[in-house]
Amino acid sequence: MISEVIDVALLAMLWIISLQVIFTRSELTAIMVFGAFSLICAGLFLAMGAADVAFTEAAVGAGVSTLLMLNALRRCGTDRCNSSRRGVIDIRALALTGVTGAALIWGTRDLPGVGLADNPVHLHVAPRYLQASFDEIGIPNVVTSVLASYRGFDTFGEVVVVFTAGLGVWLILGSGKRNDGKADEDE
Amino acid sequence: MSDDIILRIVGKFLIPLVVVFALYVQFHGEYGPGGGFQAGVILGAALILYRLLFGDAAARKAVSPRWLRLQAAVGVLLYGGTGVAGILLQGQFLEYNVLLTDPINGQHLGIILIELGVLLTVSATITALAYTFSADSEEHLSDPQVDASSQSDQLRS
Repeated sequence: MISEVIDVALLAMLWIISLQVIFTRSELTAIMVFGAFSLICAGLFLAMGAADVAFTEAAVGAGVSTLLMLNALRRCGTDRCNSSRRGVIDIRALALTGVTGAALIWGTRDLPGVGLADNPVHLHVAPRYLQASFDEIGIPNVVTSVLASYRGFDTFGEVVVVFTAGLGVWLILGSGKRNDGKADEDE
Repeated sequence: MSDDIILRIVGKFLIPLVVVFALYVQFHGEYGPGGGFQAGVILGAALILYRLLFGDAAARKAVSPRWLRLQAAVGVLLYGGTGVAGILLQGQFLEYNVLLTDPINGQHLGIILIELGVLLTVSATITALAYTFSADSEEHLSDPQVDASSQSDQLRS
């Protein structure tokens, strides 16, 4: 009962925040409200028992990406988006969004219920991991066993993806400051 | 860079706690939720907070961009190296059982090593992204041409 109340409250806040993002007049407000959106999402993940995901969402979604957006806004300036089309409703965009949203809602009818033990996703390899991981790996947290050991190769791929993303940013934008170019020359 | 004394004092108090929490998430990942990715983003957020409060110069003095690049590469190498060590010890890539004589201890060692690699790479990349995207915005606004030419110099070198 109490968990339903928490879920509904968090979802209601998400709904209010989304409306706020759509109707706000200032880009700065929109970015800050998006940060709050991520924080509420982190709360939702926590309510679903996924504390790891909640950590990441709070740190990356609410913290780092809000900062990146603010920096982008500071570079672009706040005045360039003040278009005169405010208040004009684009029928095509409205129709596209409406049809997509309706299709998504219709699609949820085929989804299995949330958190049921006999959902397809829980019947494949999950029972084996749950039963054998403590004997094979010896640590209580099955999530860590799966991530680091059973699926270590996938996690390696993720780390390489993160590294490659950083590498791309360094190569294209440099490390940010002009005098850092001097540090590069002696390499 | 903030001149607000309240933010600075609270930040001074909070940043060490955030770093310790990141280490807790890292080393407690066997028992509680968390691991290398979570610890990495929390540590990165702490460094970014430090940079916001105490300015670019202080942050570069504490953690230089060059160090960050090194750290990110070392993380990937540590992860990959743990995998290759499994091959050298007559196992398979990323097979931790062969790292030590007892397979369970080998699993523990392997997981600790690769989680450390994840922590190094993720925290360095997150921090470096913030360094790169938030650098020198005043110069960019005031003097775009000079900046563009210096950037193309950087690309050429």
